[in-house]
Amino acid sequence: MPEDSAATNGKPRNWPLWSGFVLSLFALVSYPSLFARYPVTRDVPWVNFLLFALALVLLFVGLRRAFAPSALYRGKVAGPILAALSVAALAFFCLIVFYFGKNLPAASQAPRVGQKAPDFTLTDANGSTVSLAALLSTSAPAHPSKGVLLIFYRGYW
Amino acid sequence: MGVRPVAISVDSPAESQDLCRKAGYTYTLLSDPDAEVIRRYDLLHKGAGVRGHDIARPAEFLLDSSGVIRWVNLTGDLRIRARPDQMLAAAKSL
Repeated sequence: MPEDSAATNGKPRNWPLWSGFVLSLFALVSYPSLFARYPVTRDVPWVNFLLFALALVLLFVGLRRAFAPSALYRGKVAGPILAALSVAALAFFCLIVFYFGKNLPAASQAPRVGQKAPDFTLTDANGSTVSLAALLSTSAPAHPSKGVLLIFYRGYW
Repeated sequence: MGVRPVAISVDSPAESQDLCRKAGYTYTLLSDPDAEVIRRYDLLHKGAGVRGHDIARPAEFLLDSSGVIRWVNLTGDLRIRARPDQMLAAAKSL
């Protein structure tokens, strides 16, 4: 006798549970892949927090349905698991936003305003050697050099 | 604007060239693979790179034509970068 339909008892799928879970995953991965590109949604990730809030509301509705006495919906096993995973996603997101980004060394000995920038000679992307002195004195095609903006970045992009 | 942007990281020249190609950058990217200059500017972030390499923490320095620093940005949070308007205001005062 086929067992699969008997196991589900013909109950409708608990869509708030699943959509809440999927939404929480989206709330997590959309930050580095999309919203982090724009300062307005990156500096304070309000869109992602909103998405997480919506996800948690959906999960709550889904859990209530799953455990309702009328037993109309499935999800007694899947529900708590999906909810736990979604909370874990939110916790990880908070870690990324509030901890990992801030864990920077103090750079207390970095050169200050008014000091002469330490000289250096490095290789550029074409393999040529470039010194700071050369960068400062080189003229852009039409304008004399007003200065140089040194941008130190993490690399590994 | 007359100010020349120069970016420095531990990426090799090959990696920088790749980045320039992909992102369409036209400005100068310099390689500091042993983080020697990064150390000179006290910007070392030990073990923070992929596979535990030492890299730079983000920072910007605006130098005038004689090499004197006129503006520094040391962000306290990796996610919050200096806004273009802040840099422009500093560059205008050169």
